[in-house]
Parts: sequence; C-alpha cells; structure tokens
Amino acid sequence: MYSQGLIGADGGSEETQEFLDAFQARIDAEEKIEPTDPMPEGYRRTLVRQIGQHAHSEVVGMLPEGNWISRAPSLKRKLALLAKVQDEGGHGLYLYSAAETLGVTREQMTEELLDGTAKYSSIFNYPTLSWADMGAVGWLVDGAAIMNQIPLCRCSYGPYARAMIRVCAEESFHQRQGYEIMLTLCKGTPAQKEMAQDALNRLWWPCLMMFGPHDGDSAHSEKSMKWKIKRFSNDELRGKFIAATVRQAEFLGLTIPDPDLKWDDSLNGGKGGYHHGEIDWSEFWRVVKGDGVMNVERVEMRKAAWDDGAWVREAALAHAAKRSAKMAAE
Amino acid sequence: MSNETPLWEVFIRPRNGLAHKHVGSLHAADEALALSAARDVYTRREEGTSIWAVRSDAIVASDPARAGQNFDPAEDKIYRHPTFYDIPEDVGHM
Amino acid sequence: MALYQALIELADDHLVLGQRLSEWCGHAPILEEDLALSNFALDVIGTARSLYAYAAEVEGKGRSEDDLAYLRSEREYLNCLLVERPNVDFAHTMLRQFYFASLMEPFWQAAVNSDDKVIAGIAGKAVKEMAYHIRHAGEWIVRLGDGTEESGARMRAAIVALHPYWEEMFTPCECDALPDRAALRSGWEANVKAVFAEAGLEWPEPVYGHVGGRKGEHSEVLGRMLSDMQYLQRAHPGATW
Repeated sequence: MYSQGLIGADGGSEETQEFLDAFQARIDAEEKIEPTDPMPEGYRRTLVRQIGQHAHSEVVGMLPEGNWISRAPSLKRKLALLAKVQDEGGHGLYLYSAAETLGVTREQMTEELLDGTAKYSSIFNYPTLSWADMGAVGWLVDGAAIMNQIPLCRCSYGPYARAMIRVCAEESFHQRQGYEIMLTLCKGTPAQKEMAQDALNRLWWPCLMMFGPHDGDSAHSEKSMKWKIKRFSNDELRGKFIAATVRQAEFLGLTIPDPDLKWDDSLNGGKGGYHHGEIDWSEFWRVVKGDGVMNVERVEMRKAAWDDGAWVREAALAHAAKRSAKMAAE
Repeated sequence: MSNETPLWEVFIRPRNGLAHKHVGSLHAADEALALSAARDVYTRREEGTSIWAVRSDAIVASDPARAGQNFDPAEDKIYRHPTFYDIPEDVGHM
Repeated sequence: MALYQALIELADDHLVLGQRLSEWCGHAPILEEDLALSNFALDVIGTARSLYAYAAEVEGKGRSEDDLAYLRSEREYLNCLLVERPNVDFAHTMLRQFYFASLMEPFWQAAVNSDDKVIAGIAGKAVKEMAYHIRHAGEWIVRLGDGTEESGARMRAAIVALHPYWEEMFTPCECDALPDRAALRSGWEANVKAVFAEAGLEWPEPVYGHVGGRKGEHSEVLGRMLSDMQYLQRAHPGATW
C-alpha cells in the first residue's frame, strides 16, 4: 500500500537484544509499525508469508465461486455473486500491495503461488458442487474469514491493518448475501432445502479447519501473538465461529453435521461455549500439502491466467516504453 | 526493460472540499491505465470524485533514520500552539 | 409489440455480452483487469435487468425479468451475433467491447431525452457506462495494436474474426420510441477507424456480414451458453432463488 520508495526494511538491522526489546516495547505500547521502521527480520518474514498467503487465498478464492457466475439462477444473484468475486480480486490486490511494502513484488509472490512454495487457505481446494455452495461459502467461509480478519484490522503492521480495514468494510455484504441464499433455499422446495443441507454437510468441517491447527500444534502462533500480528488463538476464533453459527443454522432449520456438538456453560471462564467433535486433521494436512480434490486445478487455472496474460502485460509495457521514448525525442 | 508492471500510489478525493487521501496502490504500465485501474479498483462504492495516481518510484520520502532530527525539534516549540497564551475569559472567544 | 421486441433485442445484447464478460472473472491477465472486466459485466447485466423488467411490463403478461432471461430458448433470443462471439483472448474481448460500446454510447445519448421516462432513465445511466467502456477498451486496443509483434498479430486476428459481425448491430428496429441504429453507423465507423489509426491497425476490406440474430438465428455457441446459464431455472421449474 505504500511505495517501494518508502521501504526501509532491508533486513540488515543488527538484532541485538536491545534492538529486539525496543521493538517489543513499541509493539506492547500498541504502536503501529510502518514500512520504514526498523523491524526484526523474523517479523518481516512472518508478515511477508502471512500477507502473501492471505492475498493468494483471495485470488484463488475467486475460482470456486467463479464456477457458478455463469449459472447463477437469477439476474439479481448473478450481479451479487459477480460483485462479490470481483471484491475478492480487489482484496487480493490490496493485500499484495501491503506485502509489497516489505520489499517483495507481486510478481515474486505470484511465482511462489504458481510453483507451489506459497500456500493459500485449504478451503479453496474443495469443489463447489451446487448453487447452495454459493450460499454456504458466503455464510460459512466468509463468516470464518471475518472472524479471522476483524482482529487483523488491529494488526501491529500499519499497511496490513489498513488493507484489512478496507477488506472488512467491503466484506460485510458477502456473508449476508450468502446467508440470504441459504435462507431462500431453506424456504424453497424440498430439493432446494436438501441442496442447502448437503452444502452445509460438505463445507462444515473444512470451515472449522480454516482456523488452523489446535493452539498446541500451531507452529507460528506464539510469535505472531507476541508481535500482535495475530490477536486471538486458532481455537479461540474457532470457538467464536461455532458459537455464532449454531444459532444461524437453527434459524435455517439445518443440522450441523456434528453429533458431538454440545453447549457447555463452564467453557471460556464461565461465558460458555461449544464442545465439538474431533476434527480430521489428517484431511487438513493432506489438503494443505496438495492432495485436495481441487489443488492441482486451482493452481493450473491461476497459472493459465498468468501465462496466457503475459503477452498483454508485455504489450502494455512495450507501448509505454515506445511512448516515453517518443516523448523524450520530441 | 523490466518485465514488472510498475507500482502506482492512488489518492482519492472523497468529495469536493476535501483533500485527496492515499487509499492504496496498484500496478499499471502507464498513466492512462493507472487511472482506469484506480477507478475500477478504488471507486467501486462511490468513494470518490477525483483520482490522483503517482508512480511509486517518483515519491521522495524522508529518511526514517532522520526522524529524530526532522520531527523531534518541534516538540518543545509549544509557543506555536494557541493554548500557550493566556487571554482573560472576559475578552471572549479568540 | 414493436417496443417489446426492441427492448428484448437490447436486453439480450446486454445479457449475452455480460455473460461472456463474466467468464473472465478470475482469469484476466492482471488482477487490475479482473476488476475492470467485472465492472464491464456488472454494467451491462445491470442494464439488461432494467430492460427485461421494462419489457415484461410492456408485454403485460405477468412475466418477470428472470422469466424473460431464463425461460426463453435460443430461438427466442434476439441478440446480435457479435455479442455471443467467444472471448478467445484479451484482444478479441476488448475489440468486441469497443465495437459494442461505440454503438451504444451514441445510442443511449440519443435516448436520454426520450419521452418514454423509463427508457430515458436507463439511457441516462448507461450512456456514462458506455463512455467508460469505449475509453478503457480503446486504451487497450491502442496498446495491443502498437505494443509487441505478438500483441499486434493478436489484435489483427481479432479484427479479422469480428469483421463479419459488426454490421448486424446496425439493423434497424421497427420502434419509434428508440433511436435509429442505422443512423449511427457512419459515426461509429469514423470513431473506430480513428482508434485503429492511433493503434497502427488497418480497417479490413469488406467481407460478408452475418445476420440472423435479430430473428433468433444464431451460431451454435449461444445454445450452449444459454443451457449453462438457464440450467437451474430449467431443472427446478417454479422455484424461487
């Protein structure tokens, strides 16, 4: 979000204990870190990885919903879905820009996505099999994303926090349009309601996995919390998501596919919360490592867009170069 | 020639009477495409009435290492602030 | 029924074109163009919606905008053939958009002061959108025409491919409430040729111009597009979405 010219983080800062303590003191005082400020190399690397991953998730996330734009069942739904997928492209763009303030380019990040070194959210490696998935993705996937994203608006890194404020403001219609689709289906014909339940059945567990491994198994969490890149743990956010979603599912008349889901007043220091069934982490790791149904196709599609578009980007640059040469000659 | 599409900073005037404010960045090969992209990316929800786009590498920025010498000296110049001066209340609003 | 027919022609043009444009979403050469092409699609589908709604009202048989969009067959679709042409690549897509918008901008301009308040309202919004489409698509035609050897070749291939399809856009419609498209042809040609000149592109020799769209005689691609677009409405008759 800020120009390359403003980038100060060369990673060359001498990371004495004194330097690290001073940095931590700024974080603890809730000061925002800006691109030109000295920062530990680990902080910079963590952000590059996380913001890049986040940007890739938005851009790859265009594909499963893009799969239904042509088949949206009414003109109103078609416009809303198209606007939503367009927003996701915009969010990817804002986030790439935020990462670019840390000295990486969008081209580099794109190459990493296409060669498989960079990851994106595992949820997008599941297929969208019916129109109800457009409802469930909006309701659940965006709902989960919002849980994750709202705390990021207070992230210690200024450009990321600012990008997230924009993202969250725009995202507020996404979950609502998804829930409205579900609501319409659940009030519709038996076949439509069945479609809605089926989408919930397929997407529920992958959505819980979106929050990442249990706190004890999360490799980067502790440091990210200390640096205030992250503000809540994976399990805390997952718990909040479940609590918010159960009532919404009840209102729809849908059943959450977890027989072990049970309210417990004693959780969260007396505030209460849900116990949920065992998450199949072997599935999570399998999908993250590349063996989801859609992993190969998603990356291939992004690669095709990038490769097939190369001649367009080159032409625009060539024209610009010719024009400035001509202007210089005049 | 670099094969990377240049980065631009985008400034939007939300409505007449207000200053252009930095809203974000984008990539574009030239000025016209930068303005089009700024319109398509940053004004989808009636955010503005005017756009500036500036090549990011055309911005000159102050050196963070000199933040101390640049900005700290203003700290003790409290006589630049109106509250520094005592005016009797009877004089009325000033 | 002349007005109904004319509105359907226009609405189908916009919807079919929007359907094509929306195919780009998630696949554009640069993220900035994903947003631009989606904006193009949102503009024209939005216009299609207003036109269908008005057509349904004019028809007076209790049909809705979605009934008209989703429950007519390809033989009942009256769009011109140009808008159903496949995207092929960025050059084809931008040229198709440029041709279409270069007609629709003056068309809506002429309709802005229509006595028909609904048409005037649709025109007032669409004329600005089309002006932007001309500008943005025109920018790309110049860049692709002039850019590299490959982009120039692709732009020329697009011109050849779409050359049999632009004349049909000017088929007159028998409706006094809307501007006469035939009268806009010379202005259209002059504007297109001016951009071609800037792009270093040549206007080709005349070829046989295909017609048929306005009578519901299309190329094969439209039927496939509609079967995809209409599938849910067809599979679940009477359902609400």
